[in-house]
Amino acid sequence: MKILLKNINLIHPLEKLSKSADILISNGLIEDIGDNLKTNNDVKVFDFSGKYAAPGFVDMHVHLREPGREDEETIETGCLAAAAGGFTEIACMPNTDPALDSAEVVALIKKKAQNNLVDVHPIAAATVNRKGEVISPMGELYDAGAKGFSDDGNVIKTSSILKRALEYSLMYGTPVIEHCEDDSLLGGSMNEGFNSTLLGLNPIPSVAEDIIVMRDILMAEYTGGKIHIAHISTKRSIELVRDAKKRGVNVTAEVTPHHFTLTDDALKTYDTNYKMSPPLRSKADLDEILKGLKDGTIDVIASDHAPHSIEEKEVEFEYAPNGIIGLETEVGLTLSELYHKKVLTLEQVVEKLSINPRKILNLPIPSFKKGEKANITIFDVNEIWTVDISKQKSKSINSPFDKRLLNGNAVAAINNGKMYYKNEMVEV
Amino acid sequence: MPLSSRHLLGMHGVPKEDIQLILDTATTFKEVLQRPIKKVPTLQGKTIVNLFYENSTRTRISFELAEKRLSADSINFSVSGSSVSKGETLKDTIKNIEAMKVDMVVVRHAAAGVPLFLTKVCHSNIINAGDGVHEHPTQALLDMYSIREKLGTLKGLKVCIVGDIAHSRVALSNIFGLKTMGADVSVCGPSTMIPKFMENLGVKVIYNIDEAIQENDVLNILRIQLERKAREYFPSIREYHQYFGITRERLEKNGKDVVILHPGPINRGVEISSEVADGSSQIILDQVTNGVAVRMAVLYLLGTSN
Repeated sequence: MKILLKNINLIHPLEKLSKSADILISNGLIEDIGDNLKTNNDVKVFDFSGKYAAPGFVDMHVHLREPGREDEETIETGCLAAAAGGFTEIACMPNTDPALDSAEVVALIKKKAQNNLVDVHPIAAATVNRKGEVISPMGELYDAGAKGFSDDGNVIKTSSILKRALEYSLMYGTPVIEHCEDDSLLGGSMNEGFNSTLLGLNPIPSVAEDIIVMRDILMAEYTGGKIHIAHISTKRSIELVRDAKKRGVNVTAEVTPHHFTLTDDALKTYDTNYKMSPPLRSKADLDEILKGLKDGTIDVIASDHAPHSIEEKEVEFEYAPNGIIGLETEVGLTLSELYHKKVLTLEQVVEKLSINPRKILNLPIPSFKKGEKANITIFDVNEIWTVDISKQKSKSINSPFDKRLLNGNAVAAINNGKMYYKNEMVEV
Repeated sequence: MPLSSRHLLGMHGVPKEDIQLILDTATTFKEVLQRPIKKVPTLQGKTIVNLFYENSTRTRISFELAEKRLSADSINFSVSGSSVSKGETLKDTIKNIEAMKVDMVVVRHAAAGVPLFLTKVCHSNIINAGDGVHEHPTQALLDMYSIREKLGTLKGLKVCIVGDIAHSRVALSNIFGLKTMGADVSVCGPSTMIPKFMENLGVKVIYNIDEAIQENDVLNILRIQLERKAREYFPSIREYHQYFGITRERLEKNGKDVVILHPGPINRGVEISSEVADGSSQIILDQVTNGVAVRMAVLYLLGTSN
């Protein structure tokens, strides 16, 4: 089916474009783009006046849970949740069972994600079985389709292994993605602060993150390797990344919507949907996150989508696993908390949701030109809606944002000859 | 006048009037405990479950006695030999127990926040008998009762809590309760055992035990938990005793008659010497007696509120 997107505002930070245009799509390609394109009976027309089209959004930090915990999420349900959330591409993290540390598992994921609207880019384990002892077969993993390496969920345990991982991955230009927490300082279940004193929960000090961010920056500087700090959450870490960037270190950072929206004040309910790793931090940390987003220290917004079953989350706070789902609230939270509150411009939003993650993972950047592949996210900055987790596409429901009022939402995702719009997948 | 809440989850946010009411009611029940027949029919027909996920001797016995003195039917649930070892979740356990038509649940659990969690999944009155290192409100109430009994008031008193503040649910409950009642609260212990943001609670931090003795009317000496990882927070028992242990010499040196409380069980020769533990100014055994009266008051006030 040919489709014509009418009167849509184009937004592409790397291309100079007239503000509003029509896009004609057929066979998955942009057949034409321009003002007042002609139409006929073969073409289905969508009037997207007031909506925006951007190069397809990428969420570079998603836990798909397959293989291993298909009761929580599968590649299929995770991809559908991504499309519903406005993403055309995602990177999936390696803490599956078995871990993503062999070409076979990477191939399995690529195979299961075939013919999907959403492209799935595996992030493979940096070390065998994410144990931090021996680096993974990065060459084989890269050839099988891995776009980065990480022991996510764990920090890379020793400096010597980190050094080797950074050096080895230099051959492929891939990033080492770090979950920055000094595990000798862990063992708690919330941020150390006034609230942890009040709630009697064992604390995790923010310095546990800072120490590893510092270590990783120094190692990237020394080796010339490419380090990406996953889910940055502390004031000091952001300052460290800012300084390192000034020195020209190859370091990038991402932040999650929950870390730029919530603080550890939320834990007073002992609701396990506020339990994450890294933990929700203080107001001072959140303020620095906003500053870091604004000045470009933080390159990327990523969900850290982490599905968990009801029975795993509905337990004593200290025993609950970390993490929340986020694919379908990410665009809404970004627009509500960052665009409408004037932290970011729309161009910056598109950079952090589309351009920068592509640069970090070496993915091609879609272009709004005639003959190019149609890889487009359509979003509405003025849709006021209430999150209803029960209606979301993810297989899990662990989200603290249920019933939250948001301003702005993803409207449609177009990629690989498919469009997901209003709960329907159509061939285009 | 009823209490402002149908649960007792902690001392945080409990209004002064409620504490006053509990302490005054406890005075009545303490009188009952002196009688030859120590039983009243107040909670006849009520069923109370003592849900203990953590080992406890004195708190459980104290609650059980309080329940029996009030003529309630009590059931003890302890972790060993229960469904927990078969992998049942806390939610399922409480739902099953409640399905047997109970009225009140007294809960102790190693995880902070469990009493609040229970209020969301069941309808019974919930009484916190200690949750992790969060709160232990009936201990704070009985400590306050004992201090008031000994010194006549709480308002304006200077009370210092001594020991492992970071790993103590007794400390936090005492701080909240005492401050509400107008006492001046400080803590004293090794700096590794004082939470980072203690002063934000309006509590003075003292690292010198002699200073703590001189400045205060009451010392509440916490138990050093030898069996827990608390041991990693100070160099040795010997050093702890040397710098924070309460001994007769130390009290005499400071020439001060200070009231000594201890929630028990005592590690003699560690946080407190035998001489002091058994000495005249201490009210440690009174605390135990008062514990039954205070718990009777709490059970009575909550059990008759709805």
